[in-house]
Amino acid sequence: MTDALIVVALLLVAVTATAAVLNREPLRQALVLSFLGLALALLFAFVQAPDVSLSQLAVGSAVTPLMIVLTVRKVRGGSGNDARKEEER
Amino acid sequence: MTRRGRLVLFLAAAAVVAVLLVAAFLGLPQFGGSHHPYGDRAVRAAFAHHTANAVAAVNFDQRAFDTLGEESILFAAVLGAMVLLRQTTGERRRPPRRARVSPPIRRLGMVMLPVALLVGLYVVAHGQITPGGGFQGGVVVATALHLLYVAADYGALERIRPLSPYEIGDAAGEAAYVVTGISTVLAGSAFLTNVLPLGTFGTLTSGGTVVLLNAAVGMEVACGVVVLLASFLDQAVEIEAPPGNNGAGPAEAAGGGGNA
Repeated sequence: MTDALIVVALLLVAVTATAAVLNREPLRQALVLSFLGLALALLFAFVQAPDVSLSQLAVGSAVTPLMIVLTVRKVRGGSGNDARKEEER
Repeated sequence: MTRRGRLVLFLAAAAVVAVLLVAAFLGLPQFGGSHHPYGDRAVRAAFAHHTANAVAAVNFDQRAFDTLGEESILFAAVLGAMVLLRQTTGERRRPPRRARVSPPIRRLGMVMLPVALLVGLYVVAHGQITPGGGFQGGVVVATALHLLYVAADYGALERIRPLSPYEIGDAAGEAAYVVTGISTVLAGSAFLTNVLPLGTFGTLTSGGTVVLLNAAVGMEVACGVVVLLASFLDQAVEIEAPPGNNGAGPAEAAGGGGNA
């Protein structure tokens, strides 16, 4: 059972990581990155590393994408409505 | 060096690294095995110091000096981000516009904020007995505060988050770690040796210096992440480039959509 979960999580990581690399639009990339963070957090939890999983969840799927979204918003200098939506995830 | 020469050099080096990696991986214990030479020793050492969370024992007791390095990296990174993202001459600060948030998101945010804050503090406080600890809990606390930005707006976040206490907290957390280390030297042991009474196994006060170092890291990380995100948020929401230069520079041409 655990092995099956680990395999699923590994596949999820591979898919989301590839998607993050292939995506060229920074905002969408930030979104995909946060899914990658979630997949990694699941993987770490399944291999019994809850400490690492917690850090990954907080940093990888919340703080890092937020920083990217804010940077994109600043660089584009627009009203930032799209940035706001992304962040509410 | 020619292109061909570089390629040959790279392939040769890559082959050597590949061979070494494969050799090293063959020597590793089996995936998912129940015994591990380092793990077994680390768990024994953790139990000897009455620390139920073996990971916390490794981080704050057996390899406390490494963690000082990691904490300092975060401290330096936050400091660097603050310097780079500060308000420069000519940039003006405009009050953030009030944002309209749909009621369900507002309600969800208001319910989740205290819950997330409490979970973060719990994770920090129980670092020595359950998974988690200063770093994880600190980040959760910091992100929990930012639910206010999602549920209300930047003005609301700024009201509950005067920045200077967090800046002081960031520095105090870093300093507390070093001071704890120096105190152990003054107590007659090596830097960051666990010299405090170890307490009863499995209670909040068990683990000796692990409790103090864990709390120091928790404070540093929570305050550091708040300050870090504040620098980014200030730039994105409040700080405006001087007229005639929208601050985007060359990136604007690539990214498009500048407001001039």
